[in-house]
Amino acid sequence: MYNFDVEKPTSIADAVKALSRDEAQPLSGGQTLIPTLKARLAMPSVLVSLSGISEMRGVRLADDGRLCIGGGTVHRTVAQEAETHYPGLASLAARIGDPAVRNRGTIGGSVANNDPSACYPAGVLASGATIVTNSREIEADNFFQGMFSTALEEGEIVTEVKFPIPEKARYEKFIQPASRFPLVAAFVAKFNDGVRVAVTGASENGVFRWTEAETALSADFSAKALEGLKLDGGSMISDLHGSGTYRAHLVGVMTKRAVLGLI
Amino acid sequence: MTQVKMTVNGKAASGDVEGRTLLASFLRENLGLTGTHIGCDTSQCGACLVHVNGEAIKACTMLAVEAEGADVKTIESMANADGSLNVLQQAFQDHHGLQCGFCTPGMIMSASALLKDNPKPTEAEVRHYLDGNICRCTGYHNIVKAIMAASGQDVSALAAE
Repeated sequence: MYNFDVEKPTSIADAVKALSRDEAQPLSGGQTLIPTLKARLAMPSVLVSLSGISEMRGVRLADDGRLCIGGGTVHRTVAQEAETHYPGLASLAARIGDPAVRNRGTIGGSVANNDPSACYPAGVLASGATIVTNSREIEADNFFQGMFSTALEEGEIVTEVKFPIPEKARYEKFIQPASRFPLVAAFVAKFNDGVRVAVTGASENGVFRWTEAETALSADFSAKALEGLKLDGGSMISDLHGSGTYRAHLVGVMTKRAVLGLI
Repeated sequence: MTQVKMTVNGKAASGDVEGRTLLASFLRENLGLTGTHIGCDTSQCGACLVHVNGEAIKACTMLAVEAEGADVKTIESMANADGSLNVLQQAFQDHHGLQCGFCTPGMIMSASALLKDNPKPTEAEVRHYLDGNICRCTGYHNIVKAIMAASGQDVSALAAE
Protein backbone atom coordinates (compact mmCIF):
# COMPACT_ATOMS: atom_id res chain seq x y z
CA MET A 1 0.00 0.00 0.00
CA TYR A 2 1.03 3.55 -0.64
CA ASN A 3 0.85 5.55 2.55
CA PHE A 4 -2.00 7.92 3.39
CA ASP A 5 -3.34 9.98 6.27
CA VAL A 6 -6.43 8.80 8.08
CA GLU A 7 -9.07 11.17 9.38
CA LYS A 8 -11.71 9.95 11.81
CA PRO A 9 -14.64 12.37 11.88
CA THR A 10 -17.52 11.70 14.26
CA SER A 11 -20.25 13.54 12.32
CA ILE A 12 -21.43 13.58 8.70
CA ALA A 13 -20.68 17.31 8.50
CA ASP A 14 -17.07 16.78 9.59
CA ALA A 15 -16.70 13.87 7.16
CA VAL A 16 -17.88 16.01 4.25
CA LYS A 17 -15.40 18.70 5.29
CA ALA A 18 -12.55 16.16 5.49
CA LEU A 19 -13.46 14.79 2.06
CA SER A 20 -12.87 18.19 0.50
CA ARG A 21 -9.14 17.69 1.02
CA ASP A 22 -7.08 16.85 -2.07
CA GLU A 23 -7.17 13.16 -3.11
CA ALA A 24 -9.41 12.26 -0.19
CA GLN A 25 -11.51 9.10 -0.29
CA PRO A 26 -14.11 7.76 2.14
CA LEU A 27 -13.36 4.50 3.98
CA SER A 28 -16.36 2.59 5.25
CA GLY A 29 -15.92 -1.05 6.32
CA GLY A 30 -12.90 -1.35 4.03
CA GLN A 31 -13.65 -4.93 2.95
CA THR A 32 -13.24 -3.93 -0.67
CA LEU A 33 -11.20 -0.75 -0.37
CA ILE A 34 -8.38 -2.14 1.78
CA PRO A 35 -7.67 -5.08 -0.59
CA THR A 36 -7.82 -2.53 -3.45
CA LEU A 37 -5.26 -0.34 -1.70
CA LYS A 38 -3.03 -3.35 -1.04
CA ALA A 39 -3.06 -4.11 -4.75
CA ARG A 40 -2.05 -0.46 -5.35
CA LEU A 41 -5.11 0.05 -7.51
CA ALA A 42 -5.91 3.27 -5.64
CA MET A 43 -3.67 5.88 -4.08
CA PRO A 44 -5.65 8.37 -2.00
CA SER A 45 -3.65 10.80 0.08
CA VAL A 46 -6.31 10.88 2.81
CA LEU A 47 -8.76 8.21 3.89
CA VAL A 48 -11.78 9.56 5.73
CA SER A 49 -12.99 6.80 8.01
CA LEU A 50 -16.77 6.78 8.35
CA SER A 51 -16.97 4.08 11.01
CA GLY A 52 -16.93 6.51 13.94
CA ILE A 53 -20.07 8.32 12.78
CA SER A 54 -22.85 7.03 15.03
CA GLU A 55 -25.62 8.97 13.21
CA MET A 56 -24.93 6.77 10.17
CA ARG A 57 -25.54 3.48 11.95
CA GLY A 58 -28.70 1.55 12.71
CA VAL A 59 -31.89 0.01 11.34
CA ARG A 60 -35.26 1.67 11.98
CA LEU A 61 -38.80 1.53 10.69
CA ALA A 62 -39.90 5.02 9.60
CA ASP A 63 -43.43 6.41 10.04
CA ASP A 64 -44.07 6.00 6.30
CA GLY A 65 -43.45 2.25 6.62
CA ARG A 66 -40.05 2.24 4.95
CA LEU A 67 -37.10 0.43 6.51
CA CYS A 68 -34.25 2.92 6.92
CA ILE A 69 -30.72 1.59 7.22
CA GLY A 70 -27.83 3.91 8.07
CA GLY A 71 -25.05 3.91 5.48
CA GLY A 72 -22.49 2.79 8.06
CA THR A 73 -24.53 -0.19 9.25
CA VAL A 74 -22.64 -3.47 8.94
CA HIS A 75 -24.16 -6.51 7.19
CA ARG A 76 -24.37 -8.49 10.42
CA THR A 77 -26.58 -5.83 12.01
CA VAL A 78 -28.87 -5.73 8.97
CA ALA A 79 -29.09 -9.54 9.01
CA GLN A 80 -30.24 -9.40 12.64
CA GLU A 81 -32.30 -6.23 12.85
CA ALA A 82 -34.08 -6.25 9.47
CA GLU A 83 -35.29 -9.83 9.98
CA THR A 84 -38.66 -8.89 11.51
CA HIS A 85 -39.56 -6.18 8.99
CA TYR A 86 -37.92 -7.29 5.77
CA PRO A 87 -36.71 -10.92 5.97
CA GLY A 88 -35.79 -11.09 2.26
CA LEU A 89 -33.28 -8.29 2.71
CA ALA A 90 -32.00 -9.67 6.04
CA SER A 91 -31.33 -12.97 4.30
CA LEU A 92 -29.31 -11.23 1.58
CA ALA A 93 -27.20 -9.46 4.23
CA ALA A 94 -26.68 -12.72 6.14
CA ARG A 95 -25.08 -14.33 3.08
CA ILE A 96 -22.66 -11.61 1.95
CA GLY A 97 -19.02 -12.75 2.01
CA ASP A 98 -18.24 -14.51 5.29
CA PRO A 99 -18.84 -13.73 9.00
CA ALA A 100 -15.75 -11.52 9.39
CA VAL A 101 -16.64 -9.53 6.26
CA ARG A 102 -20.21 -9.11 7.56
CA ASN A 103 -18.84 -7.70 10.82
CA ARG A 104 -17.06 -4.87 8.98
CA GLY A 105 -18.62 -4.35 5.55
CA THR A 106 -21.40 -1.76 5.30
CA ILE A 107 -24.44 -1.16 3.12
CA GLY A 108 -23.26 2.36 2.23
CA GLY A 109 -19.87 1.10 1.15
CA SER A 110 -21.41 -1.65 -0.96
CA VAL A 111 -23.85 0.57 -2.86
CA ALA A 112 -21.30 3.38 -3.31
CA ASN A 113 -18.78 0.94 -4.78
CA ASN A 114 -21.39 -0.72 -7.04
CA ASP A 115 -19.28 -3.77 -7.77
CA PRO A 116 -20.97 -5.55 -10.70
CA SER A 117 -21.10 -8.74 -8.60
CA ALA A 118 -22.03 -7.26 -5.21
CA CYS A 119 -25.18 -8.47 -3.44
CA TYR A 120 -26.66 -5.24 -2.07
CA PRO A 121 -27.20 -3.40 -5.38
CA ALA A 122 -29.64 -6.18 -6.41
CA GLY A 123 -31.62 -5.83 -3.16
CA VAL A 124 -31.62 -2.02 -3.33
CA LEU A 125 -32.69 -1.86 -6.98
CA ALA A 126 -35.34 -4.60 -6.75
CA SER A 127 -36.83 -2.92 -3.68
CA GLY A 128 -37.01 0.44 -5.43
CA ALA A 129 -35.11 1.90 -2.49
CA THR A 130 -33.99 5.50 -2.10
CA ILE A 131 -30.33 6.31 -1.48
CA VAL A 132 -29.89 9.22 0.90
CA THR A 133 -26.65 11.19 0.81
CA ASN A 134 -25.34 14.14 2.77
CA SER A 135 -26.91 16.46 0.18
CA ARG A 136 -29.89 14.75 -1.55
CA GLU A 137 -32.05 11.68 -2.12
CA ILE A 138 -31.55 9.50 -5.21
CA GLU A 139 -33.91 6.78 -6.47
CA ALA A 140 -32.19 3.41 -6.97
CA ASP A 141 -33.29 3.46 -10.63
CA ASN A 142 -31.13 6.56 -11.15
CA PHE A 143 -28.35 5.69 -8.72
CA PHE A 144 -26.65 2.67 -10.30
CA GLN A 145 -25.04 3.79 -13.55
CA GLY A 146 -22.90 0.87 -14.70
CA MET A 147 -19.93 -1.11 -13.47
CA PHE A 148 -18.41 0.64 -10.39
CA SER A 149 -20.31 3.77 -11.41
CA THR A 150 -23.04 5.61 -9.49
CA ALA A 151 -24.77 8.99 -9.38
CA LEU A 152 -22.58 10.02 -6.43
CA GLU A 153 -20.55 13.19 -6.86
CA GLU A 154 -16.99 13.56 -5.58
CA GLY A 155 -17.03 13.69 -1.78
CA GLU A 156 -20.71 12.67 -1.50
CA ILE A 157 -21.49 10.09 1.19
CA VAL A 158 -24.31 7.52 1.34
CA THR A 159 -25.79 8.26 4.76
CA GLU A 160 -28.90 6.06 4.59
CA VAL A 161 -30.86 3.71 2.35
CA LYS A 162 -34.67 3.71 2.63
CA PHE A 163 -36.42 0.50 1.58
CA PRO A 164 -40.11 0.21 0.74
CA ILE A 165 -41.07 -3.18 2.17
CA PRO A 166 -42.55 -5.61 -0.37
CA GLU A 167 -45.21 -8.21 0.43
CA LYS A 168 -42.50 -10.80 -0.04
CA ALA A 169 -39.02 -11.00 -1.48
CA ARG A 170 -36.25 -13.48 -2.02
CA TYR A 171 -32.61 -13.38 -3.06
CA GLU A 172 -31.11 -16.35 -4.87
CA LYS A 173 -27.44 -16.46 -5.72
CA PHE A 174 -25.14 -18.83 -7.49
CA ILE A 175 -21.79 -18.42 -5.78
CA GLN A 176 -18.53 -18.22 -7.67
CA PRO A 177 -16.64 -20.65 -5.43
CA ALA A 178 -13.26 -18.88 -5.42
CA SER A 179 -14.34 -15.31 -4.74
CA ARG A 180 -17.60 -16.14 -2.86
CA PHE A 181 -19.22 -13.29 -4.81
CA PRO A 182 -22.32 -14.14 -6.83
CA LEU A 183 -21.53 -15.45 -10.29
CA VAL A 184 -25.14 -14.46 -10.89
CA ALA A 185 -27.84 -13.56 -8.37
CA ALA A 186 -31.42 -12.34 -8.63
CA PHE A 187 -33.56 -10.45 -6.14
CA VAL A 188 -37.32 -10.76 -6.68
CA ALA A 189 -39.58 -8.36 -4.77
CA LYS A 190 -43.36 -8.71 -4.98
CA PHE A 191 -45.26 -5.52 -4.11
CA ASN A 192 -49.04 -5.22 -4.16
CA ASP A 193 -48.83 -3.16 -7.36
CA GLY A 194 -46.24 -5.22 -9.23
CA VAL A 195 -43.04 -7.22 -9.18
CA ARG A 196 -39.47 -5.95 -9.45
CA VAL A 197 -36.53 -8.17 -10.41
CA ALA A 198 -32.91 -7.03 -10.17
CA VAL A 199 -29.90 -9.03 -11.29
CA THR A 200 -26.28 -8.77 -10.18
CA GLY A 201 -23.12 -10.52 -11.38
CA ALA A 202 -24.33 -10.94 -14.94
CA SER A 203 -24.19 -7.75 -16.95
CA GLU A 204 -21.26 -5.73 -18.28
CA ASN A 205 -23.27 -2.72 -17.09
CA GLY A 206 -23.57 -3.88 -13.49
CA VAL A 207 -26.84 -4.43 -11.67
CA PHE A 208 -29.95 -4.20 -13.86
CA ARG A 209 -33.72 -4.73 -13.78
CA TRP A 210 -35.02 -7.62 -15.84
CA THR A 211 -38.11 -5.84 -17.09
CA GLU A 212 -39.52 -8.70 -19.22
CA ALA A 213 -39.58 -10.92 -16.14
CA GLU A 214 -41.16 -8.11 -14.10
CA THR A 215 -43.99 -7.74 -16.61
CA ALA A 216 -44.56 -11.49 -16.78
CA LEU A 217 -44.46 -11.96 -13.00
CA SER A 218 -46.68 -8.94 -12.35
CA ALA A 219 -49.37 -10.56 -14.54
CA ASP A 220 -48.87 -14.07 -13.16
CA PHE A 221 -46.59 -14.67 -10.16
CA SER A 222 -45.50 -18.19 -11.03
CA ALA A 223 -42.45 -20.01 -12.37
CA LYS A 224 -44.50 -20.79 -15.48
CA ALA A 225 -44.71 -17.09 -16.31
CA LEU A 226 -40.92 -17.07 -16.82
CA GLU A 227 -40.97 -19.87 -19.40
CA GLY A 228 -39.65 -18.79 -22.77
CA LEU A 229 -38.12 -15.53 -21.45
CA LYS A 230 -34.53 -15.24 -22.60
CA LEU A 231 -31.79 -12.69 -22.07
CA ASP A 232 -29.10 -11.92 -24.60
CA GLY A 233 -25.78 -13.44 -23.59
CA GLY A 234 -23.94 -10.89 -25.74
CA SER A 235 -24.28 -8.12 -23.15
CA MET A 236 -23.32 -10.37 -20.25
CA ILE A 237 -19.94 -10.68 -18.56
CA SER A 238 -17.93 -13.42 -20.22
CA ASP A 239 -14.80 -14.67 -18.43
CA LEU A 240 -13.08 -17.86 -17.36
CA HIS A 241 -15.75 -18.42 -14.70
CA GLY A 242 -18.58 -18.53 -17.21
CA SER A 243 -19.58 -17.39 -20.68
CA GLY A 244 -22.15 -14.68 -21.32
CA THR A 245 -24.58 -17.31 -22.56
CA TYR A 246 -24.13 -19.31 -19.36
CA ARG A 247 -24.70 -16.22 -17.22
CA ALA A 248 -27.81 -15.31 -19.21
CA HIS A 249 -29.13 -18.81 -18.57
CA LEU A 250 -28.33 -18.55 -14.85
CA VAL A 251 -30.34 -15.32 -14.57
CA GLY A 252 -33.42 -17.29 -15.57
CA VAL A 253 -32.61 -20.12 -13.16
CA MET A 254 -31.98 -17.82 -10.18
CA THR A 255 -35.13 -15.79 -10.86
CA LYS A 256 -37.19 -18.96 -11.13
CA ARG A 257 -35.76 -20.31 -7.86
CA ALA A 258 -36.59 -17.05 -6.11
CA VAL A 259 -40.18 -17.18 -7.37
CA LEU A 260 -40.56 -20.85 -6.42
CA GLY A 261 -39.32 -20.00 -2.93
CA LEU A 262 -42.05 -17.40 -2.56
CA ILE A 263 -45.13 -19.37 -3.65
CA MET B 1 2.96 8.57 12.47
CA THR B 2 -0.03 8.37 14.77
CA GLN B 3 -0.09 6.91 18.22
CA VAL B 4 -2.70 4.17 18.74
CA LYS B 5 -3.84 2.72 22.03
CA MET B 6 -5.92 -0.37 22.50
CA THR B 7 -6.37 -3.28 24.85
CA VAL B 8 -4.83 -6.47 23.51
CA ASN B 9 -5.48 -9.73 25.36
CA GLY B 10 -6.44 -7.79 28.47
CA LYS B 11 -3.36 -5.56 28.55
CA ALA B 12 -2.94 -1.95 27.47
CA ALA B 13 -0.98 -1.72 24.22
CA SER B 14 0.17 1.28 22.24
CA GLY B 15 2.51 2.17 19.43
CA ASP B 16 3.26 4.61 16.64
CA VAL B 17 1.84 3.55 13.29
CA GLU B 18 1.43 4.89 9.77
CA GLY B 19 -2.04 5.41 8.31
CA ARG B 20 -1.59 2.30 6.18
CA THR B 21 -0.48 0.01 9.03
CA LEU B 22 -2.84 -2.94 9.23
CA LEU B 23 -4.06 -4.28 12.55
CA ALA B 24 -2.38 -7.59 11.66
CA SER B 25 0.98 -5.85 11.16
CA PHE B 26 0.59 -3.89 14.40
CA LEU B 27 -0.10 -7.09 16.36
CA ARG B 28 2.75 -8.99 14.77
CA GLU B 29 5.44 -6.36 14.34
CA ASN B 30 4.80 -3.84 17.11
CA LEU B 31 3.54 -6.24 19.77
CA GLY B 32 5.34 -9.42 18.69
CA LEU B 33 2.09 -11.40 18.71
CA THR B 34 2.94 -13.58 15.73
CA GLY B 35 0.14 -16.08 16.35
CA THR B 36 -2.03 -13.92 14.10
CA HIS B 37 -0.98 -15.24 10.71
CA ILE B 38 -1.04 -13.51 7.35
CA GLY B 39 -1.87 -16.15 4.79
CA CYS B 40 -3.20 -14.51 1.66
CA ASP B 41 -3.10 -10.77 2.25
CA THR B 42 -6.22 -10.52 0.06
CA SER B 43 -8.87 -10.89 2.80
CA GLN B 44 -9.84 -14.39 1.79
CA CYS B 45 -8.07 -16.95 3.96
CA GLY B 46 -8.99 -15.91 7.51
CA ALA B 47 -5.62 -16.90 9.07
CA CYS B 48 -5.42 -13.38 10.54
CA LEU B 49 -8.80 -13.57 12.26
CA VAL B 50 -8.95 -11.86 15.67
CA HIS B 51 -11.74 -10.55 17.86
CA VAL B 52 -12.29 -6.78 17.97
CA ASN B 53 -14.79 -5.76 20.63
CA GLY B 54 -15.96 -9.37 20.67
CA GLU B 55 -16.51 -9.70 16.93
CA ALA B 56 -14.58 -11.79 14.41
CA ILE B 57 -12.52 -9.48 12.20
CA LYS B 58 -9.84 -10.09 9.59
CA ALA B 59 -6.89 -8.21 11.04
CA CYS B 60 -5.33 -7.89 7.57
CA THR B 61 -8.36 -5.88 6.42
CA MET B 62 -8.62 -3.33 9.20
CA LEU B 63 -6.33 -0.38 9.75
CA ALA B 64 -4.57 -0.26 13.11
CA VAL B 65 -5.77 3.31 13.65
CA GLU B 66 -9.35 2.08 13.35
CA ALA B 67 -8.81 -0.19 16.35
CA GLU B 68 -8.09 2.84 18.56
CA GLY B 69 -9.62 2.18 21.98
CA ALA B 70 -10.81 -1.30 20.99
CA ASP B 71 -10.64 -4.52 22.97
CA VAL B 72 -8.66 -6.95 20.81
CA LYS B 73 -8.23 -10.65 21.47
CA THR B 74 -5.78 -12.85 19.57
CA ILE B 75 -4.93 -16.55 19.59
CA GLU B 76 -2.37 -15.82 22.34
CA SER B 77 -5.28 -15.19 24.75
CA MET B 78 -7.01 -18.50 24.16
CA ALA B 79 -5.11 -20.92 26.42
CA ASN B 80 -6.29 -21.49 29.99
CA ALA B 81 -4.71 -19.40 32.77
CA ASP B 82 -2.38 -22.27 33.70
CA GLY B 83 -1.10 -22.45 30.12
CA SER B 84 -2.97 -25.63 29.22
CA LEU B 85 -5.01 -25.75 25.99
CA ASN B 86 -8.60 -24.54 26.25
CA VAL B 87 -11.53 -26.76 25.28
CA LEU B 88 -11.49 -25.72 21.64
CA GLN B 89 -7.73 -26.01 21.25
CA GLN B 90 -7.74 -29.40 22.97
CA ALA B 91 -10.52 -30.59 20.66
CA PHE B 92 -8.42 -29.61 17.62
CA GLN B 93 -5.60 -31.74 19.01
CA ASP B 94 -7.86 -34.68 19.93
CA HIS B 95 -9.61 -34.76 16.55
CA HIS B 96 -6.61 -33.99 14.34
CA GLY B 97 -8.08 -30.62 13.43
CA LEU B 98 -4.74 -29.37 12.12
CA GLN B 99 -2.10 -30.58 9.74
CA CYS B 100 0.45 -27.89 8.88
CA GLY B 101 -1.22 -25.61 11.44
CA PHE B 102 -0.92 -22.35 9.53
CA CYS B 103 -4.67 -21.70 9.38
CA THR B 104 -5.26 -22.93 12.93
CA PRO B 105 -5.12 -19.58 14.80
CA GLY B 106 -7.79 -18.20 12.47
CA MET B 107 -9.84 -21.38 12.71
CA ILE B 108 -9.76 -21.29 16.53
CA MET B 109 -10.69 -17.59 16.68
CA SER B 110 -13.46 -18.07 14.13
CA ALA B 111 -14.81 -21.14 15.91
CA SER B 112 -14.78 -19.42 19.28
CA ALA B 113 -16.76 -16.50 17.80
CA LEU B 114 -19.27 -18.99 16.41
CA LEU B 115 -19.67 -20.89 19.69
CA LYS B 116 -20.19 -17.65 21.60
CA ASP B 117 -23.23 -16.85 19.39
CA ASN B 118 -24.36 -20.40 18.79
CA PRO B 119 -23.20 -22.81 21.53
CA LYS B 120 -24.58 -25.96 19.80
CA PRO B 121 -24.21 -25.42 16.04
CA THR B 122 -25.21 -28.05 13.52
CA GLU B 123 -22.56 -29.41 11.18
CA ALA B 124 -24.04 -27.29 8.37
CA GLU B 125 -23.88 -24.16 10.53
CA VAL B 126 -20.22 -24.82 11.36
CA ARG B 127 -19.37 -25.28 7.69
CA HIS B 128 -21.27 -22.12 6.71
CA TYR B 129 -19.56 -20.10 9.43
CA LEU B 130 -16.11 -21.24 8.28
CA ASP B 131 -16.76 -19.84 4.79
CA GLY B 132 -14.03 -17.26 5.33
CA ASN B 133 -11.36 -19.61 6.73
CA ILE B 134 -9.31 -21.54 4.23
CA CYS B 135 -7.23 -24.62 5.12
CA ARG B 136 -4.83 -25.36 2.30
CA CYS B 137 -4.19 -28.86 3.68
CA THR B 138 -7.95 -29.25 3.05
CA GLY B 139 -8.40 -30.69 6.52
CA TYR B 140 -11.88 -29.28 6.90
CA HIS B 141 -13.60 -32.43 8.02
CA ASN B 142 -11.63 -32.80 11.23
CA ILE B 143 -11.80 -29.06 11.90
CA VAL B 144 -15.59 -29.27 11.77
CA LYS B 145 -15.48 -32.37 13.93
CA ALA B 146 -13.27 -30.67 16.52
CA ILE B 147 -15.59 -27.67 16.73
CA MET B 148 -18.63 -29.91 17.12
CA ALA B 149 -16.82 -31.85 19.85
CA ALA B 150 -15.77 -28.65 21.63
CA SER B 151 -19.43 -27.65 21.73
CA GLY B 152 -20.11 -30.80 23.74
CA GLN B 153 -21.81 -32.73 20.95
CA ASP B 154 -21.28 -36.38 20.12
CA VAL B 155 -19.17 -36.55 16.97
CA SER B 156 -18.87 -40.33 16.71
CA ALA B 157 -21.61 -40.37 14.04
CA LEU B 158 -19.83 -37.82 11.81
CA ALA B 159 -18.53 -39.43 8.63
CA ALA B 160 -15.06 -40.90 8.19
CA GLU B 161 -11.96 -39.10 9.42
